[in-house]
Amino acid sequence: MRVFMLGWEFPPFISGGLGTACYGLTKAMDQLGQEVTFVLPKMVESTYSTHVKLLSPNSWTSSISFLFNEFKNVRFHAISSALQPYSTPDSYRRQIEETLRQKQKTLDANFIGAGQITGGDDYSRDMYTEVHRYAALAVELAKNEHFDIVHAHDWMTYPAGIAVAAISEKPLIVHIHSTEFDRSGEHINQMIYDIERQGMERANKVIAVSHFTRSTVINRYGISGENVEVVYNGVERNDNWPLAETGIKNDEKIVLFLGRITMQKGPEYFLQAAKKVLELMDDVKFVMVGSGDMMHRSIEMAAELGIGHKVLFTGFLRGEDVQKIYQMADLYVMPSVSEPFGIAPLEALNHDVPVIISKQSGVSEVLTHALKVDFWDINEIANKVIAVLKYPPLQETLANHGNFEVRKLRWKDAALKCIKIYQETLVAV
Amino acid sequence: MPSVCFYFQVHQPLRLRHYTVFDQNDTYFDDYKNASICRKVANKCYLPANRLILDLIHRFDGRFKVAYSITGVLLEQLLTFSPEVMSTFDALAETGCVEFLAETYYHSLSFLYSRNEFVEQVNKHTETINNYFGQKPRIFRNTELIYNNELATLIESTGNFDAIITEGADHILGYRSPNFVYKPKDCNHLKLLLKNYALSDDIAFRFSNRDWTQWPLTADKFARWISDVNGNGNVVNLFLDYETFGEHQWKDTGIFDFMRHLPGTVLRHPDNNFKTPGEVVESYQPVGIVDVPHIISWADIERDLSAWVGNAMQSNAIHELYRLEKKIKQTANDKIISDWRKLQVSDHFYYMCTKYFSDGDVHKYFNPYNSPYDSYINFMNVLGHLRRRCSNTSEEQEEPLTQQHKATKRFLQAGSQINKTSDLQSISLGTPVNQD
Repeated sequence: MRVFMLGWEFPPFISGGLGTACYGLTKAMDQLGQEVTFVLPKMVESTYSTHVKLLSPNSWTSSISFLFNEFKNVRFHAISSALQPYSTPDSYRRQIEETLRQKQKTLDANFIGAGQITGGDDYSRDMYTEVHRYAALAVELAKNEHFDIVHAHDWMTYPAGIAVAAISEKPLIVHIHSTEFDRSGEHINQMIYDIERQGMERANKVIAVSHFTRSTVINRYGISGENVEVVYNGVERNDNWPLAETGIKNDEKIVLFLGRITMQKGPEYFLQAAKKVLELMDDVKFVMVGSGDMMHRSIEMAAELGIGHKVLFTGFLRGEDVQKIYQMADLYVMPSVSEPFGIAPLEALNHDVPVIISKQSGVSEVLTHALKVDFWDINEIANKVIAVLKYPPLQETLANHGNFEVRKLRWKDAALKCIKIYQETLVAV
Repeated sequence: MPSVCFYFQVHQPLRLRHYTVFDQNDTYFDDYKNASICRKVANKCYLPANRLILDLIHRFDGRFKVAYSITGVLLEQLLTFSPEVMSTFDALAETGCVEFLAETYYHSLSFLYSRNEFVEQVNKHTETINNYFGQKPRIFRNTELIYNNELATLIESTGNFDAIITEGADHILGYRSPNFVYKPKDCNHLKLLLKNYALSDDIAFRFSNRDWTQWPLTADKFARWISDVNGNGNVVNLFLDYETFGEHQWKDTGIFDFMRHLPGTVLRHPDNNFKTPGEVVESYQPVGIVDVPHIISWADIERDLSAWVGNAMQSNAIHELYRLEKKIKQTANDKIISDWRKLQVSDHFYYMCTKYFSDGDVHKYFNPYNSPYDSYINFMNVLGHLRRRCSNTSEEQEEPLTQQHKATKRFLQAGSQINKTSDLQSISLGTPVNQD
């Protein structure tokens, strides 16, 4: 059995949980001997380092095939496309315009071609067209591949998933890492909603990352419960950190927010709680790691609340910097308004940082050794932040038990469950 | 001729209300929740069970006997929320077939942290029981049956008690049977009664368990097990939570019917009888000495303290609490002292237990909090406020009060008394009234 997986680029090249989940799941499948054809959208500008081996550029679909050294059973195909996870139609348009400007500059300066694969100019100006262009390219690619089942991750790949499944007459699995209701609250984008619903309706099986998300799929998209399975995410266990001492010895406690700074993640609740904490405690700094469309608003808000000097914005961090910030942190807070899963708290616990998570999250279904709050209850968030900072036994117990608990959340189990779903679906077809 | 010795533990914790670090008042306890749980348990357990026991005592003409240990914190709640339960306990006391035991008034772990406080609480409990039921307890049981040699020595030194009750844990008895009276190490006259945990737990925990090979447990079967002790034991100590009847084992499991039929079937065998702990101590001589250098309890499989002080949070909370003792008592403020003592109720620490993985189910069932962490945070917030109150009171006392101040204070106190007691008449009589 081979899976045709429509996924996303792996970290550290990309932000957020979607890439992390694709990586964790695919790697675990690889180790279980599951054969995967992994297809992802990729801007041609990115360069590959030495850990990948280019196989063949395919000019027709403007895709390139390659192998990762660490994967034995997975073949990768990158389709030239400007799609990125968590894009919104607006951010997509801005990004395309920026890309074209850059390209123009390069051309003007050097008077040379844009590299071996051209295609940047082929990107559609709006995201919906690009999603469908991607689907058409994926179908072309699929024609030369042999596989038994199609597995698509989040809405931008659903049209591709539907098309590939239809052409190849293979069953389709869609994997819901987040829905339009998580990202936009009640002000949903109807076109995105429609694409999501089509994907779910067409799918032979829907995989939701939590019961929280499963109930959204059932209640908001009208999908029958028997077609929706829950597969929790896992976390990569990384025991040895080859890190030099950061040398930071600070008397101040550090409370960490790490994630995209968007409405979904509840940055304003973090700041309001910070304000309340600072009414009773002084030696605390609140660090917000990440970027997003609410970043500027958040900086303003910190200033308006009069706590600007106590809040640090680092922007988007990756790799070693993320590990460093975890090592410095005393507490991680995730006040998400609507969080389908939430891998970051697991990573925090992996680094022995205790976590406060919102009850409106999938991860709160799997963690017992975490403090849980309603995202809107800033009083309670502040109450718990103060308790963790004030009482070392609480911090210790949470970190120790929590660290032990995340050891049980393995990608291997997620992969096994997916494979079981493939097998059941193939039998049913 | 085994004597069956029933002792029921009767206790309800005092649950704290949700108290954040921003709260600034001295209302720590959730009166609404405590009242509704107290009434619920009264209706499901205390009232029907008391009626049943009373009925059995009458039916067997004094040949059926039991003992109770009722904590002070429950007595206070019953008085306020379910006074009718008090009158049924009173009726039981009147029969002469019911013995009341002594324990720490606040169901506390004070023996482990402050001997002074421990003795004060035991005395307070003894007096309270004497007040309500006209009996001076002669048998002592410590909170959660916590016990070691030192406790026995301390209890003997008070001169108030004939015996002490604890768990018949395997690791202290070895090959010996709990069905005899023993003597604690280093004691002269004090005796030791040990819980037969196998038979006790058959009723308390396994009664309704359908996976248990002995299910269903009938009175006949249980009476047979008791008669089996004939020839190799003097007494079968059945020590249970009273809430077993109707609360832990629901009425529809047949637990009340089981109890209704048990005395008759036990007494059918002419060698069997029922005795209260006091009578057991009088009837049987100790057969050996039991040495318990390390602390034991009746909890979980470990029979140790890990359910209350097993993790860093529990240990921290309880040490911080007892560290305040001197400061609290210096205030000489009854309300502050009573609040501090109510925080000693062992359940507060039980809620902080993180032993989810082995026997977590029991812990979860009785827990009003969503997590042990929430309970720790809540407790520490309350304790923080109590600590500030101590400092405030000592400042207040240093402040010289003006005459007017004092008068106002006296007036306010009289006023609050009027609100509190229904004794309006005596106060209005005591106040001079100008009738012209």
